This record gives sequence, C-alpha cells and structure tokens, in this order.
Amino acid sequence: MAYSAKVMDHFQNPRNVGKIEDASGVGEVGNAKCGDIMKIYLKIENDVIVDVKFNTFGCASAIATSSMATELIKGKPVSEALTLTNKAVVEALDGLPPVKIHCSVLAEEAVKAAIKDYYDRNGIEYDAELFGESGCSNCCHCD
Amino acid sequence: MRVYADNAATTPISEHAKAEMIKYMDAEYENASSLHSFGQSAAAALAEARERIGKCIGADAGEIYFTSGGSEADNQAIISAAHFGAKKNKKHIISTKIEHHAVLHTLDRLKKEGYEVTLLDVDENGLITAEQVREALREDTCLVTVMFANNEIGTIMPIAEIGAICREKKIPFHTDAVQAAGHLHIDVKAMNIDMLSISAHKFHGPKGIGALYCRRGAYIEAIISGGAQEKGKRAGTENLPAIMGMAAALEDAVASIDENAEKLCKMRDKLICELSKIEKTIVNGDRVKRLPGNVNMCFQGIEGESLLLMLDMYGIAASSGSACTSGSLDPSHVLLALGLPHAVAHGSLRLSLSEYTTEAEVDHIIECVPKVVERLREMSPVWERILRGEEIL
Repeated sequence: MAYSAKVMDHFQNPRNVGKIEDASGVGEVGNAKCGDIMKIYLKIENDVIVDVKFNTFGCASAIATSSMATELIKGKPVSEALTLTNKAVVEALDGLPPVKIHCSVLAEEAVKAAIKDYYDRNGIEYDAELFGESGCSNCCHCD
Repeated sequence: MRVYADNAATTPISEHAKAEMIKYMDAEYENASSLHSFGQSAAAALAEARERIGKCIGADAGEIYFTSGGSEADNQAIISAAHFGAKKNKKHIISTKIEHHAVLHTLDRLKKEGYEVTLLDVDENGLITAEQVREALREDTCLVTVMFANNEIGTIMPIAEIGAICREKKIPFHTDAVQAAGHLHIDVKAMNIDMLSISAHKFHGPKGIGALYCRRGAYIEAIISGGAQEKGKRAGTENLPAIMGMAAALEDAVASIDENAEKLCKMRDKLICELSKIEKTIVNGDRVKRLPGNVNMCFQGIEGESLLLMLDMYGIAASSGSACTSGSLDPSHVLLALGLPHAVAHGSLRLSLSEYTTEAEVDHIIECVPKVVERLREMSPVWERILRGEEIL
C-alpha cells in the first residue's frame, strides 16, 4: 500500500491543526475503537468559514484527509462547505488506497457535523437529510 | 541516520550466508537428486547441511526436512498431526490465542474439517503455563502446538515444561520456533519437542527457506506431492543455495548466541527504560521471559500507522500492531489477547533489534520516538480526553 505524494505531504505537514476556543461549530466523528477520530472546529462569520482547525487520532490517511478537508472549506460559504464530498477530498489528495477510503468519508462527515452544530447553536433551520447518520459507515465496530 | 529496527519481520542476510549461496548458485549448481558425480557432490553438501542444522537444535540429520519457510513447516506439522489423530478418532488440538497466523489460520481450516481447537488464553504478560496445557488435554487430543517465542511481544513460552507433559501423555507436541531459532537455546531432545518449525530469514539467512524438525518416529506426511525428495515428505528439487545459506547463518547465530543475547538484552532494556519515560505508555509482554531483541509498547492517544510513518521520516524502520498496519479492521490479535482495549492496541510500536544494531542507532530511536509521540498527541482528540481523565475503550 503506497500513499500519493500529496497524502504524504498533508500527513507530514498537516494544515490547520489545532483548536478554536470560541468556535461557532464543532463536529466529532469516528471512535477510538476503530482507530479513527476526527474533530473539526469552525469559526463562521456572516455565513462564511473564516477559520477552521482540526484534531485527529488515526492513521496517516486520516490525518491527511482531515488536513485536505479543512483546506477545501476554508474561506468558503457554509452552503458551499456543505457540498464537500469524500470523493472531492480523495481527488484533491491524488487518490487513496481502497482500504483508506473510509477516512475520506469521516472527513466529509466531520465537516458536516461541525456545520450541523453551528446550525443547532444558532437555531438555523436545515434539512435533516443533509446530514444523515454520522459514523464511519463501513467499519465493523460501528453500531 | 537510517535505523533498521524491524528484524522480527526479516533480517538482513549475513555476508557468510550470502557467500555460501553464491557458491552453490555458481560453481555447484547441480541437482542433488542426480545420479552423476556432479549431482553427488550437491547431495553430499545437502547431507552435510542437514547435519549442521540438526546439530544447532539438538536433532539428528535424519530428522530435518527442508521447507519453503516457517509457514510451510507449521502447516505441514499441524496438518500431519491432525490427519494422524483422525485415524484414531482424535480430533482435538490445543494451541494459544497468540500464535502466528501460519498456525491460527491452519487451525481455522481444520476446524472447518471437523476438528475441535482449544486456544489457551495468555495472561496479561502474554504467557501461558504448562499447567494450562495439562488442564486442556483430553482423551481425543491429537496435537499441542505452542509457539516458542512470540513474534510481536517477544514472550518466551515454557516449552520444556509443556514438552514434558506432552511426552508423559504421549501427545505430539509442535512448536513454531521461527522467532526463537538462532536467538534462544533449543534442544529438541531435552525439551521433548516432536516437531519444530524454523525460517532462515529470521536469523540472517535467505528468504524462502526453512525447516521442519520431526522427531524420528513422529508422523509427518507430505503436503506437496511429487518427487521423492526429503524422504518423500516434501517434493520439489532442493533449494541448495538457500539451504547452504541457512546452514551457515544458523551455525553463526548459534555460535554467538549468548554473546548476542547479552548485547541485545542491554539495548532492549535501555530502549524499554527510556521510552517508558513517555507518559501513558504500556510495555507489552513479559519483561524477563522475552526475546533479547524485542521491544513492544503502546503509546496511548495515538495510532500506530502514523507513528510508523513519522518514524520512517526520521529514518527508523519499525512495526505496529494497529489495524491500519495489519490490513484489517482490528488491531493485532496478540495485543487484544493481552486484554488491551482496542484504542490502546491501535497505538502499538514494535522495535526488533539484531546483533547488527548499534548503540548509536538505539540512541537515535530514543531521541526520535518521544518527538513523534508528542507531535501526534498534540493533534489527537483522544489524547485530550485521556488528559481529562476519561476512560478510552
């Protein structure tokens, strides 16, 4: 199993690592038993993601997909960030080994979970179907 | 600096073994089964190698069967004993939860064929007792197979005691000694071992060659059919260069076994002592009954594959039992058998040294591991929770 140069770059030099103390929304997905947890912090002003940070426990691709996902949504309107797909994350990283695709799914879900938290905190109405079930969908441990 | 600390996976080949191999690939290329005089010198070399390898483990030449490696030897030993047992309606096998997959997956196959398998639990240090084996024995037990030393956590099983019980009860006893051969003293007669598997590339020999010791009078059958090589127990033209390389490597390893063990134990204990200073760290496996070159630890709050790849950036080659590195969704069965929670087992690191490892290399590892662990913990939401005192499962 080999990672692309881009994955290795984002693993070795992850962008936007950290926390935002006064975050507008925080999302956490995955579980420690599976070996992957992603936590994304958003700072939103006028419906634009002005800052984003992440903390991740997981393998190299979990760290790289978190890093890339934060890069892809930084400075974007919330509505646009909501359209982020795991596929877009994988493409931006020049691909992932098949067994690591679930990491990109987690990254997408972490972003969505943080946006949902922002909506909930601010009483903004949304279509629940946008968010669906969170958790790594193809992992043996998730109930 | 480049540091190879993954010798339990494979070792670099020794100059001596390499030279022997080249000799038998070059000038002495003949087939040991040929009748002409050319082939006869190859046959003589083969007989001599068999004798030399036997001597290293206390066996006679006639008790050594060459195989393609440790996995094949394990398969052959277990399947032979199982088939022999079945003839007498004995279809129960005893083993442990921390065996190598070459043993566990062979047992899985036999289970599908109607055999019953008892896998003994290990204690928190990764050991079983001979008494556990005695208690698990049944009227229909046809084989006990317990590894000599574990490949992940390095624990050394009470082989002589288990051997004594099996001999007393007249039950065939096999041990997977792939990690032990060349590193620990082995005497198949004194230890009452009926079958034993070894693999050359774990002691600076070549890959693709191993041996099965089978006590004279114990039963084995061919699992590869064809010519009459290896007394009809393993068909296929003998891989003479590899066999000669294995003989050279094993003799060298056994000749300096105590000296190497002393050196390696010192380096091992230094690594364990220094890396244990990193907070929230667990040492896996018994501290004393342990292979000289094995270090296995879990660093809570981080994941093993990240740890490995970051160590790789510092020029260090190591291994981990995390799910991501095992290619499955679960962390190593060995670490789970110790009772470690999944989340902790994901953060394991195995460093395996050899006599080629230097003090400077050990110091490099001691310098780099804490940096990498700290860097990964800084970005880990699990570490944050551990610091808050939450229990992570």
